[in-house]
Amino acid sequence: MEDFMHEPYDIIIIGAGIVGAMTARTLARYDLRILWIEKESDICTGATAANSALVHAGHDAIPGSLKAEMNVKANPMWDRLSEELQFAFGRTGAYVVAIGAEECAKLEQLRDRAQANGVPAEIISGEEMRQREPQINPDVSGALHIPTGAICDPWGATIAAAENAVMNGVELRLNTEFLDFIWEGESANQRVSEKVSEREDESKIQNLKSKIVGIHTTAGDFHARWVVNAAGLFADQVMHKAGVRPEFKITPRRGEYFVMDRNQVEINTVLFPVPTEISKGILVTTTLHGNTLVGPNAENIEDKTDVDVTPAGMAEIWAGALKLVPNLKQRDVIAVFAGLRPGGNAPCVNPEINYNHDFIIEIPAEVDGFVNLGGMESPALTAAPAIAERVVELLHGAGETLREKADWNPIRPVRPVFRHLTKDEQAALVAQDPRYGRIICRCEYVTEGEIVAEIHAPIPATTYDAIKRRTWLGTGRCLGGFDMPRVVEILARELGQAVLEISKKGGGSEFLYRKTKEVA
Amino acid sequence: MTHPLKSHYDVIVIGAGPGGLAAAIEAKKHGADDVLMIDRDLELGGILLQCIHNGFGVETFKEDLPGPSYAQRFINEAQTVGIDYLLDTIVLDVTPERKVYTTGMRTGFKELSAKSIVLSMGCRERTRAQIRIPGPRPSGVFTAGTAQRWVNVEGYMPGSRFVILGSGDIGMIMARRLTFEGAKVERVLEVMPYLSGLSRNYVQCLLDFDITLQLQHTVKRIIGKDRVEAIEAVAVDDKWQFIPGTEEIIPCDTLLLSVGLIPENELSQKAGVALDPVTAGPYVDDGFATNIPGIFAAGNVVHVYDLVDWVTSAGRTAGKRAALFAQGCCNLEPVYVPTRAGENVRYVVPHQIDPETLTQDSIMLQMRVTKPLEQPVTVQVTDGDTLIVKKSERYARPGEMVSITLKAKEYDAVRKAKELKVSVVPK
Repeated sequence: MEDFMHEPYDIIIIGAGIVGAMTARTLARYDLRILWIEKESDICTGATAANSALVHAGHDAIPGSLKAEMNVKANPMWDRLSEELQFAFGRTGAYVVAIGAEECAKLEQLRDRAQANGVPAEIISGEEMRQREPQINPDVSGALHIPTGAICDPWGATIAAAENAVMNGVELRLNTEFLDFIWEGESANQRVSEKVSEREDESKIQNLKSKIVGIHTTAGDFHARWVVNAAGLFADQVMHKAGVRPEFKITPRRGEYFVMDRNQVEINTVLFPVPTEISKGILVTTTLHGNTLVGPNAENIEDKTDVDVTPAGMAEIWAGALKLVPNLKQRDVIAVFAGLRPGGNAPCVNPEINYNHDFIIEIPAEVDGFVNLGGMESPALTAAPAIAERVVELLHGAGETLREKADWNPIRPVRPVFRHLTKDEQAALVAQDPRYGRIICRCEYVTEGEIVAEIHAPIPATTYDAIKRRTWLGTGRCLGGFDMPRVVEILARELGQAVLEISKKGGGSEFLYRKTKEVA
Repeated sequence: MTHPLKSHYDVIVIGAGPGGLAAAIEAKKHGADDVLMIDRDLELGGILLQCIHNGFGVETFKEDLPGPSYAQRFINEAQTVGIDYLLDTIVLDVTPERKVYTTGMRTGFKELSAKSIVLSMGCRERTRAQIRIPGPRPSGVFTAGTAQRWVNVEGYMPGSRFVILGSGDIGMIMARRLTFEGAKVERVLEVMPYLSGLSRNYVQCLLDFDITLQLQHTVKRIIGKDRVEAIEAVAVDDKWQFIPGTEEIIPCDTLLLSVGLIPENELSQKAGVALDPVTAGPYVDDGFATNIPGIFAAGNVVHVYDLVDWVTSAGRTAGKRAALFAQGCCNLEPVYVPTRAGENVRYVVPHQIDPETLTQDSIMLQMRVTKPLEQPVTVQVTDGDTLIVKKSERYARPGEMVSITLKAKEYDAVRKAKELKVSVVPK
């Protein structure tokens, strides 16, 4: 029945992380009807929600890989993006820090790789490094300085891009999970499960040249001429339903992090260790609200929702952090979290290069109507704007006439952020709207005005965590202990819901059980 | 707000909990004409308003009062003596020149100044991150104080089946409170081999309600992605290492944390106030003066107290000294004698004393012991081989503040002392 309820879209995008958001925002420029779906109650909840918050220069990507190409192309795009979309971004520069003589010898190799990627990099002395970052390990023997390395607010960037997409006409549906594709010629009464088992048979895939015309979701069916797979951690499952790359597998690679109190630890840049064969290593970096971030480790796991922090992981990142900055104190840790990288196994686009973790950005030959993005692990956050441009090129190459909309607006209007204002500006804002005078989160100085504005924004924040990602509320030393009861009250009031319905991150994560004095 | 707001005050008190209320009243009584209290909450009284259990005022009033009743006595007095206050107002910044910037939904953005300032912002609770509990981050992990606010002030239950980590006072009191409200408290776990809160709370809140306390146990892992579904408890050895084979899954929907309090000194730091890394509060003298002239600190912002009565007493001292400073009549060049934590003492407050104080007032040295001594102990103040004063206690426990008072008769000895070393040793 749902089949007949919706007019076909031009494009459906699956997944609202940074890649989906940049793709939606970029495609919103054109005269297209776009539906964008996300299975969670908010955007920006998967790999994008928990990572190192870096805009990589591209110094260490494998030369010739799609990752290197996209990374290097995207890095310079971030300045303009952050201006148009008004999110926090800083070109701090990055350093690969060598401790001891042996590591120092590897810096030249790293510089050569950077140069092969077209990324400016220079080797500086240990003394120079100590001057630039006084808290660095005094045994530093040298460093590779990469001036184009930068930091961003991944939540802010994703939410801003998403909001700009929605303002330009993209239709976003949350709590809508992809189930399967709708194929041309598919009869309405054909059961989804039957088709799945049929399509998982590889021998049939070989002979199939079929056309995707829509998707089945938990919120009904939607038709479109194109479906874009931006499902991040779940991209393998989506492409397998399309009969594409059955050998491709996402292995979640968990990384754990500590956030340090900004009043106690001051780091100004991004500090990488000299990488090993398997990992960029545990880094120590500043963030855009001043708190130093340390992590991540890298542990391959099975469960795509397992963001546990573990004793072993925490010990590992702490040891790694101390190697770069030995005077860190555990008492200054204010937050602990883990994130998942959607690690893929796609061979490099260039068959001469022996590399098996490249991005997938393609319109697969065997299926019509499908844009496939996969393996979106680091540096996918950095690369997202370039990946989105590549999607446009691919669609163009497939014969889409992409006409720019006359009323497309690349600017996302900024909303007031109390803590970023001068005292005079704060006074003026409070005089104009007194709700900006009431501080709800006293560690991060987030006001009631900001919270209310996010609840009524183009993509409404309807949970505690959604407000947290948009305002940074609850990210400080008290981890929300003071603000939580107040935010729950504000959410209930503004959404017209009962206090008992308000949740941390959607259904099943409600804060409160019942009123007191009621029978349990 | 009782009077039209001025832009300049003799004394501004930041935080109107028990320390701030006592400081403001005492400042007024000691000749400060214009005294202003600022509090971020909607009412005066601070955390006492959610402490609806009894146990307050035994020292101050020789009565056993609930928290709000204890607060109300001071609120009444503050109104009687004529103290201004700003509620629903937060202090954004304090400068060393004693400018105070505030904002509030009803009070707007304000720039104020004062001749002296009393910092009485209290403390905040340690969080899950600070003790690094493994597992995912579902809903249902709350600090005991947040749960207390929900239950006692907002009237909501944040769960139905609880495990409490930490035997701090708020945790034990919440165990009883939640039981009263029909919730099940499965367990209280304490990583240390001894209680971290008051013994009386163990008896009245846990023993009397058959709630099991497990010492040397902690949470190995939280289980549940959206909401807490269980926790995995584990026994630990003396070095806090998990003991394999002792794991136990305890089904629950809420984990409350009562794992310590940290003095709230972000504003103090903005004002340039130097902090003691052991207490996480300002270095203070016997009048609770900080290193910044005219800025005083009182109550839990200095170090974490166990009884409100001592907070009141500290607030009174700080308020009086702030008033004297505002009037330009205090000893501007004291020759301080430092205090020092000796055997089995973690820290001593105040950090230094002006012996001249003893010509007018006694001085209470407050401390926490490092390890419990379940036997009669001697609390002593020495300077090298010289004993200045000592007293006996029946026991000494880290969860209970220990104090010893210097009086006028110790003036000569203190004046000649190089330092005052405070020790708590078996008798």
